[in-house]
Amino acid sequence: MIEIVDTGPLNTIQDLGRPGYRDIGVTVSGAMDPLALTIANLLVGNDAGAAAVELQTFPVRIRFEQNTAFSVTGGGSAALDGETLPPWWMQIADAGQILEILPSKTSARAYVAFEGGVDVAPVMGSRSTSLRGAFGGNDGRALRKGDVLRLGSPAADVLPAGGFGVVPPLREMASLFPVAENGALLIRALPAGEHDLFGADAERFWTEDWKISAQSDRTGYRLSGNPIRLTEPVEMRSHGIVAGVVQVPPGGEPIVQMSDANTAGGYPKIAGIVEADLWRLGQARIGTRLRFVRATHAEARMLDQAIATYIGDVETTARQVGRALKAMAGR
Amino acid sequence: MSRAATSLASRPLIRSRPKISAIGARAFLLDAPGEFDLAAQRRIWALTQTVRQWPDVIETVPGMTNLLAVFKAVPEDPDSVISRLLDAWERAESIDIKGKTIDIPVHYGGAHATDLAALCDLCGLADKEVVRLHHEGTYTVFALGSAPGFGYLHGLDPRLHMPRKTVPSLRMEKGCVTIGGMQTGVAVLTGPNGWNSIGFADLPMFDPAAEVPALMAPGDIVRFLPERIEL
Repeated sequence: MIEIVDTGPLNTIQDLGRPGYRDIGVTVSGAMDPLALTIANLLVGNDAGAAAVELQTFPVRIRFEQNTAFSVTGGGSAALDGETLPPWWMQIADAGQILEILPSKTSARAYVAFEGGVDVAPVMGSRSTSLRGAFGGNDGRALRKGDVLRLGSPAADVLPAGGFGVVPPLREMASLFPVAENGALLIRALPAGEHDLFGADAERFWTEDWKISAQSDRTGYRLSGNPIRLTEPVEMRSHGIVAGVVQVPPGGEPIVQMSDANTAGGYPKIAGIVEADLWRLGQARIGTRLRFVRATHAEARMLDQAIATYIGDVETTARQVGRALKAMAGR
Repeated sequence: MSRAATSLASRPLIRSRPKISAIGARAFLLDAPGEFDLAAQRRIWALTQTVRQWPDVIETVPGMTNLLAVFKAVPEDPDSVISRLLDAWERAESIDIKGKTIDIPVHYGGAHATDLAALCDLCGLADKEVVRLHHEGTYTVFALGSAPGFGYLHGLDPRLHMPRKTVPSLRMEKGCVTIGGMQTGVAVLTGPNGWNSIGFADLPMFDPAAEVPALMAPGDIVRFLPERIEL
């Protein structure tokens, strides 16, 4: 068990989400940075999609009730009983030790995984918290000070007592996830259904910078910049949407739907972000500038494959470390 | 200009082929050609049944005369996906889902009917008349979406069509009976809502722990029973 000694608002239990129920209006939810959640789980011997804790407000303090392997990935700077841990790192905590996580300057969200995963009841196949629907996770609500969370049974693998870490994805795959000269994130997207109805404004959508406004959360990011408008209004029929869709309400400032995206929408959509870039957006803090780059299906496939290779490497390494330790223990 | 050409030009432009567009790299949206009607929706239901069997499709989300198909992975050949969808649409025959009938008792008017007066102003009918037209209608659940268990209902009398608000109500109660454009429905979550409320229904629409979490399903028939009229 672990106890949440301190937490900011809106920190939740998340896994890789609840796909498959959009047709009854149920949001997918899941980690805003699924790559960081996956790596956090692999580091402690869990399946990629085990439930972990997503932190977006800090400081957070967690007390371990028993010896527990844990990992911290994504943004956030972690210390165990005051001793700073390297980023993207797993370690074994002793009973009574306190893990403190402070915000990072560059990334918005941290993920803390525990061996065995956070053991809350799955709802419709997922342990993710749906705040809007008030179900999943811990009673369908954000974590609160004093919450005690049960952990699942750990995998039989031996984990290194001294801890180990991985090279963060942004360093390992730097050339694949570039930023503009002015520091704006370059986010790849494909034109969506109403793209051409924006006329000349459609071109500006791709060439000008957008800023993530303060009206942004797990449901969606509102972008600020020079408004873009349809050349004439269209009557839309409600249709299914996915995270990453860039919709443009009448005011002209785009909204990017994120993990807690609505399942249906009726605003004109100018673009859809490729999934491989969504985790970067999930880690982008309010005020971050970004620019959209027109991509193709082939590029999206290449990025997906690069991420899969990175995850595969981490999985192999984690298993090798475990195997080596077991061999040493058996000597 | 010939008379035939004139009449053609004055007719609204109705596409004969569906429109297919991308949302990101692994979701494709097919918009049915033609009117917003039950015939188009029946064909969308048939198309949904076909596409959901495709081994490379992970999720199908029928909307209002449209279908979103989410693929397991980014397709290697997006053009072939588009032609498969077009082909499936051409072959899709209309199906008539034999749904259940759901009777929803409604308290028309009263504190929750925040937009009834505005609707009367817009359509020029008395509130009593608006209520009568609404509860005498027979509605078909076209699709679910937006919020857990929310059903988009088709069959609203055209006299009651009312555009969504430009500024949404910040806190509309779950249970409000609402009109959005040519659609009607019952709000399932308390929160911001751009539809227009004319009454209130105290019927649970969604239970995440149930084997079938949503009360409504596409093809179901919905009737509103005037439990109380407070004007």
